Amino acid sequence: MTAPLLSMEGISKAYPGVQALSGVELALARGEVLALLGENGAGKSTLMKILGGAVRPDAGTIRVDGVARAIRSPQEALRLGIAVIHQEFNLVPALGAAENVFLGQEIARGLPGLGVVDRRAQRARAGAVLARLGADFDPDTECRRLSVAGQQLVEIAKALVSGARILVMDEPSAALSAPEVAALHGVIRELKRDGTGIVYVSHRLDEIAAVCDRVAVLRDGRNAGGAAVAAVGRGDLIRMMVGRELTEEFPRRTTAPGEARLVVEGLSRGTAVRGVSFEARRGEVLAITGLVGAGRTELLRLLFGADRPDSGTIRLDGREIRPRSPRQAIAAGIGLLPEDRKLQGLVLDLSLRENFALPNLARLSRAGVVQGALERRECGGFVERLRIRTPRQEALVRGLSGGNQQKVVLAKWLARDCEVLLFDEPTRGVDVGAKVEIYRLINDLAAAGKVVVMVSSDLPEVLGMADRIVVMRGGRVTGRIDDMARATQESVMEAAVS
Amino acid sequence: MTAPSPPPVPSRGGRARGLARRLADLGMAWVLAGLCVLFSLLTFAEQQPDGAAAGAALAADVLAACPAGARVLVAVRDRPEEGALAETLVERLRGGGAEVVAVVTGEPRDARAALERLAALAPPGLDAVAGSAASTGWGVFADLAADFPALGDPVVLRPRAYRWPNFLKPENLLNIANQIAVIAILAVGMTVVIVTGGIDLSVGSLIALASVVTALVVRDVFGGVAAGTGGMVAAGIAGVAVGALAGAVSGGVIVAFGIPPFIATLAMMLVAGGAASMLARGESVYQLPDSFVWLGRGADLGIPNAVALTLLLYALAHFAMTRMTFGRHVLAVGGNREAARLSGVPVAATTLAAYVLSGALAALGGVVMASQLKSGSPNFGQMYELYVIAAVVVGGTSLSGGEGSMLGTLVGALVIAVIQNGMNLLGIESYTQRVVLGAVILGAVLLDRLRRR
Repeated sequence: MTAPLLSMEGISKAYPGVQALSGVELALARGEVLALLGENGAGKSTLMKILGGAVRPDAGTIRVDGVARAIRSPQEALRLGIAVIHQEFNLVPALGAAENVFLGQEIARGLPGLGVVDRRAQRARAGAVLARLGADFDPDTECRRLSVAGQQLVEIAKALVSGARILVMDEPSAALSAPEVAALHGVIRELKRDGTGIVYVSHRLDEIAAVCDRVAVLRDGRNAGGAAVAAVGRGDLIRMMVGRELTEEFPRRTTAPGEARLVVEGLSRGTAVRGVSFEARRGEVLAITGLVGAGRTELLRLLFGADRPDSGTIRLDGREIRPRSPRQAIAAGIGLLPEDRKLQGLVLDLSLRENFALPNLARLSRAGVVQGALERRECGGFVERLRIRTPRQEALVRGLSGGNQQKVVLAKWLARDCEVLLFDEPTRGVDVGAKVEIYRLINDLAAAGKVVVMVSSDLPEVLGMADRIVVMRGGRVTGRIDDMARATQESVMEAAVS
Repeated sequence: MTAPSPPPVPSRGGRARGLARRLADLGMAWVLAGLCVLFSLLTFAEQQPDGAAAGAALAADVLAACPAGARVLVAVRDRPEEGALAETLVERLRGGGAEVVAVVTGEPRDARAALERLAALAPPGLDAVAGSAASTGWGVFADLAADFPALGDPVVLRPRAYRWPNFLKPENLLNIANQIAVIAILAVGMTVVIVTGGIDLSVGSLIALASVVTALVVRDVFGGVAAGTGGMVAAGIAGVAVGALAGAVSGGVIVAFGIPPFIATLAMMLVAGGAASMLARGESVYQLPDSFVWLGRGADLGIPNAVALTLLLYALAHFAMTRMTFGRHVLAVGGNREAARLSGVPVAATTLAAYVLSGALAALGGVVMASQLKSGSPNFGQMYELYVIAAVVVGGTSLSGGEGSMLGTLVGALVIAVIQNGMNLLGIESYTQRVVLGAVILGAVLLDRLRRR
């Protein structure tokens, strides 16, 4: 029996105040796709950072082809043929896609050691790899002009050209639309045939069934089980991850939709949003879906005053509102959970409590002085109510897991008692347990008569949560589903792509 | 216990922990302490006490060394501190029952004249000569028994010398505080600007502009040397207002047109510096009343007024940054501008306020400097922007914004002042001083970076 491609044995790692990993085992064979599952905070990221050389373990052995290796830096990991595609992008915004793909591994021409980059060769090879991934942009496009999905594809291409034999993909599909995910899975199957071992970290259970051979589940920094994908059902996986039965992934709510509260007519901005009209009613969850780049996020930004519309009207309870800035939108009772919580939702180097207080400072202060006791009490209430797992309110949000970070963003707006809540991909990168909690909160808000508009790419989520669905494509509304009994993933997807 | 125990609220003890963290964060405070110890050891020296305290101690020594009703000659040089010594000495000697037969204030020949007069009157002679370390060393006192046999054999007594670091002498410590006051005042505004993620290069020029404006208003509006308190206060306010206006212009273009702060304030640095020279026609303005130095040289509360003002500003700024919405907004804008905007933080207003504050405080620093030097000059404040930025950075504020503290900045300013002062005491050349200061700033920040890792 030959040694496995990769084996991680007895890996432990402690951070101040938390044992992130204790004695974790992980094995990966050649040509195998291993799904690594676990709630946020279960230790997946830490384990993958150790594999990628970004973090050093306190104990344990990593063997590549049966040989014990100490991986002290990302460079060493690369030399061993280990490439990690991080969820956070590491791209140089002002460089082109091809240049980013070959960043640090440039193709040189002319005298060796002179460092003249062969741009033509790079462009050709990067273009080929990107095309294989289903990208439709020019490899010279500056990365800052690419969509989130495009940037994700560049990150994946980067790992592919490095010729890695062990590939770690951390939520690679989180930002991708369905055709792009399909292309990615096609590439994964090819890599498999070449003998590449892939660790696929994802929260999308459907994808795991589609592309993975085996699952390994982490819970609270320990191995919590593993199995061949073919042998386990969706419910089994969820049980292994959270350690308890999730009776309802999408908690139901008895709905009695009332009158229209938020009425949008003919809202337009450039080519991103073109003549969008819809209404959101009291007591319902309105989902807006579509592929990446359909203009959903741009629409929410118009509603929130982050951008100005060229034309169109927004009415709340019959009164027209024209938010010229987020500040005005907030004053009008609108709250936004942005798509990218780290870039737009949170100030990572401020504490949980300071982030929580940010939109609520006017209420929490007197004569410009923050009332510390009041602030602590309110924040404590929300930490408890949303079950935010944190050692203390003073903890920097940078150190919280994705699900807990999202709850902090949610708490900011719940504390303001907004009349309109705009959710942009509210469960992106959030573990299953926290997802259900967020769904419950969304339902509670709807039940309390608030206007709830949820943008999501996750079709099961859209179908499970929404009372009505608006589908967008190319900035326009291309489908409306008012009768959820007749909604299927296929019917939604048809409106999104056709 | 019957009541259900309260839920574990993580905020318990949060404030105390926060304070502990803040102190631990101030690793630079240890560097400051280390520098103080270093310079104390290096400047350990023989100290000759003078002034009233020395006079009192010396009187006790004289009374102990001589019989009751002793006849004493007091001799000091004509210096303020020796005058104070003599005054207290005479008073205490008389209080202790001794007879002060003569007080000489001046030079050796004055002492000789007095001794000759006494010798002519003798007996009853003289029991003791007392004075400062300098005066009792005069040759005329070297061999009294031989030179003036008629006087008997008087003892010569001086204040007892002791060993103490020059660095730790109270007047040196106050000197440090006075020296750093202007930089420290500017650093308050600079900290706010840097925490928003910006920079203000115009502060040095605003010192010059504010000093010139203030001095010109005193001279041309309120009658120069004859100006009253109200006029000088109004002139100071005018100077600060000009600084605030300059800050508003810098902040305004930064906010409205998205011009990088480095460029906007670089332009303001040239404009303000040039305007100061134009207004003053390139010369110093010094037609100011004597009382104009109240702010810069006065000491109404036992410490110099400039130092008191600095401490007050730091207390206010610390409160504003840690406890007020303004501080939260500043930190949020610097930490993540977009997240702050989407949270309803008035990003533009906060940024503008930071530059207005920096401009106003730079101008206040200029007024203090004008008062210290009793003039206004377009040459004031040159290179100060760099020292101020260094103080802020040494104090642990990140140049990329989003974090920083006023306490840290105060420590940073003191570190720079102590290094300069220590090297002055050690007689190190000013060119060498600059090299050392540059290396120390780099080292301090490096140390801080390593500690955080």
